[in-house]
Amino acid sequence: MDVRVTNVRKEFDRFPALHDVSLDIHSGELIALLGPSGSGKTTLLRLIAGLEMPTTGRIFFGDTDASEWTVQQRNIGFVFQHYALFRHMTILENVSFGLKVRPRSTRPPAGEIRRRALELLDLVQLSGLEKRYPNQLSGGQRQRVALARALAIEPAVLLLDEPFGALDAQVRRELRKWLREIHDRTGHTTVFVTHDQEEALELSDRLCVMSQGHVEQVGTPDTIYDQPSSPFVFGFIGESSQLPVTLVDGEIRHGNTAIGQSSGPLTAGPARLFFRPHDVDIVEPGAGLTGTVHSSRRVGGTRRVELDLGAGQLAEIDLPFDQAFSQSAAISFRPRRWQLFSAG
Amino acid sequence: MGFTLAYFSLIIMLPLLALAIRSAGLGPMGFWAAATDPRVLGALRVSFVTALIAAAINVVFGTLIAWVLVRYRFPGRRIFDAIIDLPFALPTAVAGIALTAIYAPNGVVGSLFAPLGWRIAYTPAGIVIAMVFIGLPFVVRTIQPILEEVSHEVEEASATLGASRFQTITRVLLPSLTPAILTGFALAFARGVGEYGSIIFIAGNIPFVSEIAPLLIYIRLQEFNYVGATVIATVMLLISFALLFAINLIQAWSRRRYGYGH
Repeated sequence: MDVRVTNVRKEFDRFPALHDVSLDIHSGELIALLGPSGSGKTTLLRLIAGLEMPTTGRIFFGDTDASEWTVQQRNIGFVFQHYALFRHMTILENVSFGLKVRPRSTRPPAGEIRRRALELLDLVQLSGLEKRYPNQLSGGQRQRVALARALAIEPAVLLLDEPFGALDAQVRRELRKWLREIHDRTGHTTVFVTHDQEEALELSDRLCVMSQGHVEQVGTPDTIYDQPSSPFVFGFIGESSQLPVTLVDGEIRHGNTAIGQSSGPLTAGPARLFFRPHDVDIVEPGAGLTGTVHSSRRVGGTRRVELDLGAGQLAEIDLPFDQAFSQSAAISFRPRRWQLFSAG
Repeated sequence: MGFTLAYFSLIIMLPLLALAIRSAGLGPMGFWAAATDPRVLGALRVSFVTALIAAAINVVFGTLIAWVLVRYRFPGRRIFDAIIDLPFALPTAVAGIALTAIYAPNGVVGSLFAPLGWRIAYTPAGIVIAMVFIGLPFVVRTIQPILEEVSHEVEEASATLGASRFQTITRVLLPSLTPAILTGFALAFARGVGEYGSIIFIAGNIPFVSEIAPLLIYIRLQEFNYVGATVIATVMLLISFALLFAINLIQAWSRRRYGYGH
């Protein structure tokens, strides 16, 4: 189901957690709300769920204004970071809870409830554990139970709040892949909150990057990574360096070094140049930006070198891990892809 | 381990053993006769029935109080929280005299009920009230920490799954509090059975009606009937132990199931 958030503002004790946020969530997509802590991403998720009510603004489920609906009326599936399983119930009872509490008129017969719960446990690969209690399961298994429990009510939207936040790195990666598979198979409109950009980029169809109660940018992982629309997004997603530059007739200059031509609207005056460590070419000494090696560390298959460009400016570039260089050696490079933002 | 065992033997087992040996001096027939004396049976019945009623009342209201203390923020909450413990600290005789003054037919509360023909002080009802007073903190203090542990998220999860507030309370919250409620019940009950100081003032101490077993023990002692006193004490111990042991078993079972402390 489409979910539209329009001009929503949320204050807690007069303190604004969200300013005028609008977001269109398309039916069937998997969208990530990504941002640092305090960016309002969890608040936005809870507003969609109906666990919080907006101070102003409306939330639509499909074409219907759902702003005044209670949590129960919204029929959403919510998965919490710390699972929030009912520990006095078996796994099977946990999963069937949402169907069992329905009023008699809409409640499926007991046999049907059981069949559906077992089917879901099969979907989340926990068949055979239905008689266990939550404390007898590992963290990853518990989160899968939580997901099955949320799916049992055939939710209009599936909302996940940092679903893998409490798990260790290995389990996280597994569950991430697995959540994507589940999503592709069931097709539920899914919104998940994360502060892990790798998770968001890998898992989602679209990302909504948030900061300080605002939406910074919404787009596909490729758009967000390759065409960040603000310095915040550029800095927050992936590795990046920024340098102060001057534009003269569309030419980008750092000190006396020309870097390239500006293709955007900025043509004159001071600006900020952003580029990623892997988007650089190493050039002949003196033919580009030159700096001395300040420090280096191994990152995956490459070596990330921090260069001191003088005047306290540092830039990070990637070199092949087997390329030899000495400490405080001079290296010249030129950014291959970059983005310009106005200064200040 | 050795230290614990030695300490446990010295402090708890030794007095209990002495009690058993003393009452065993009577022989099985004599013991049975002393234990089934009508006045003894009456006193035991009064003690255990009132303690069970009082513990049941405490469980209901203690849970409510713990709930309010954990989930609501209101001015004076800390003071309210501290007052809960007062029955622990107050000398029981003081509590007994105060309660008697209030619930006697000419007391503040007692005078409201007197015209209706209801007497509270000097009846088993008075005993229950004294036991409720001294037992309340046990229930509140056992439930409070567990309630704090049951995260608000669990309630929210229940709501997102479509459960009404009432369903959340009866199907999610109360069941997860059951072990704590049982512990609170056991403690309040044990305290009630053993209570002496506050009750003797308010009970009226009429044999077969409002005479509690601990008082009868005291009376036997004053009659220099030491064996008679130890017999009552032994019977009380056996019944209390059986009840507490049963409650403990239920707890261990539920703890294994729900995994508290994990």
